[in-house]
Amino acid sequence: MGLGTSLSCDISMNTRLSADEIRKYQNSELIRKLLNGAKTIAIVGLSDKKERASNFVGSYLKSEGYTVIPVNPLKQEILGEKCYPDLASIPVPVDVVDVFRRPDEIVGVIQEAIAIKAKAIWMQLGIVNRDAAELAVKNGLGVVMDRCMKMEHGRYNGNLHWAGMNTEIITAKKVSRFI
Amino acid sequence: MSEKRKFGFETRMLHAGHIPDSYSGSRAVPIYQTAGYVFDSPEYAASLFELKQYGNIYTRISNPTTAVFEERIASLEGGTGALATASGQAAQLITMMTLMNPGDEFVASSHLYGGTYTQFEHTFKKLSIKVHFVDPMDIKNWEKAITPKTRVLYGETIGNPQGSVFDFEGVSSLAKANGIPLIIDNTLASPYLCRPLEWGADIVLHSATKFINGHGTSIAGVIIDSGKFDFSNYPAISSPSIPYHNLNFYETFGHYGFLMKARCESLRDTGATISPFDSFLLIQGLESLSVRMDRHVQNALAVATFLKNHPMVDWVNFASLPDHVHHARAKKYLPKGAGSVFAFGIKALNNNPRETGKKFLENLELFSHVANLGDCKSLVIHPASTTHQQLSDEELKRANIKPELIRLSVGLETIDDLLWDLEQAFHAISR
Ligand SMILES: Cc1ncc(COP(=O)(O)O)c(C=O)c1O
Repeated sequence: MGLGTSLSCDISMNTRLSADEIRKYQNSELIRKLLNGAKTIAIVGLSDKKERASNFVGSYLKSEGYTVIPVNPLKQEILGEKCYPDLASIPVPVDVVDVFRRPDEIVGVIQEAIAIKAKAIWMQLGIVNRDAAELAVKNGLGVVMDRCMKMEHGRYNGNLHWAGMNTEIITAKKVSRFI
Repeated sequence: MSEKRKFGFETRMLHAGHIPDSYSGSRAVPIYQTAGYVFDSPEYAASLFELKQYGNIYTRISNPTTAVFEERIASLEGGTGALATASGQAAQLITMMTLMNPGDEFVASSHLYGGTYTQFEHTFKKLSIKVHFVDPMDIKNWEKAITPKTRVLYGETIGNPQGSVFDFEGVSSLAKANGIPLIIDNTLASPYLCRPLEWGADIVLHSATKFINGHGTSIAGVIIDSGKFDFSNYPAISSPSIPYHNLNFYETFGHYGFLMKARCESLRDTGATISPFDSFLLIQGLESLSVRMDRHVQNALAVATFLKNHPMVDWVNFASLPDHVHHARAKKYLPKGAGSVFAFGIKALNNNPRETGKKFLENLELFSHVANLGDCKSLVIHPASTTHQQLSDEELKRANIKPELIRLSVGLETIDDLLWDLEQAFHAISR
């Protein structure tokens, strides 16, 4: 878990966001801070189907050492973790709420996240809801939008370096990215 | 220390993709000459095979030395990632296999390396993928060739033997308007002279055998993805992958879906993998890329100017020369110079252009007669008496190769020695 201390720069990728929005909602410093600092991640809309993107993200984050809490009202247990019907039912503090829901369901999720005092909301790849993002920012939450948490983690900690990714980390120091 | 520093091209040539490891501190990139990798546990191995975790399984799919090369070239081209392959031809094959299904079509410039032309025209037929070649000199030809079945537009930064420069803005706006990715072979320019992703290309590929290696010591290729093309409705990337239990590469890997699919399906299944030792040679090549390219460009311009002014020379096709049709375009897309590979023709002696070219080549002392380009050493080839010697003059004409055509890849020797060699060969054939 966690990331190295080295430098990085930003490369733009396919996203629906404008350049201004990228600076705000895909900010590499915020992303690295969240990935480094978070211990407990609630995943809203986590599927138990192995081929779904949410299942990839959940199993990856779990194997990287994060505590993953599934939020899915239809299941008892996913990835070997107890499921909760909503954020309010989770009995422990949540650092990041990672969301796999349709854009029009995001406002509700954010209201719940604010209520449980989560530190940040992370809207997965393909999910864009600007009003909801604004609401979260106004309430002091960190916001990431239209990005994949697994991909970002793999990029910065070097796991995706193995797959030829431009991690943009440049350093001559003997640091390890595999902390 | 600024968190956001944008490091320069030369710094990234030397450092991108490699962090000295904490156990050995090796400053040079280690050569991981291994086929397999020890798994932490059976569960971990399973998650790697399912792509739920990222890591090394087997060198046919990925390798730590190769990963350094891949990240470094991705950084230099300004892409989101890269995939190295066993050759330039393999880079083309893997790109097209990843993007196309049987029955799909693509449109390519006819100003292509001959081996690529043949692969597209003949071998792709066996995959039921159809190419439409267009004369790239007129943008209207591209426009007319695009149909609902078109999946890719394809061209080379510098096309040979015409020395044409690709119309990046024209063709990339066409690609965007039609939702088709534009793929560019940037072999003859290298990312130091031109970065097609900055001019609207979506994917770049190379025969890394050439200027990237730089010393003629390995056969290799590489594919670099910008990560900017929207593959959300692109059939080959966004439909379920049967071998991976209906995994959707776009949904799961987002902007990295093309490269993951290219690696985990096309590279894995064609087996056209680069060896770790060759990756090491490419890494060494990249470390001096800018320095070599500056001198290649300088020597090539001096040689081309010498030839242009020589009374025995009929024509020179080189976009670095002011009279080339694409000189203005070259200045825009290749501001440091249009590379160091170009063709020229000698005025026929005894009305026999083929024999004239052959004789000239035989008399060169310093230019190596080699079917390659992009070496530090100067290379020369006369297609009509070598690669195309079985063709009649009529057939040569159809293949767009003049019988007198000689191609040079100008290297890094002392420039006066190169000019001396050419002059003495002219002298020898005129006797
Ligand atoms: C422009 C270009 N593209 C592709 C290739 C094929 O690359 P390779 O020979 O590495 O397979 C070549 C090789 O000559 C080339 O010049």
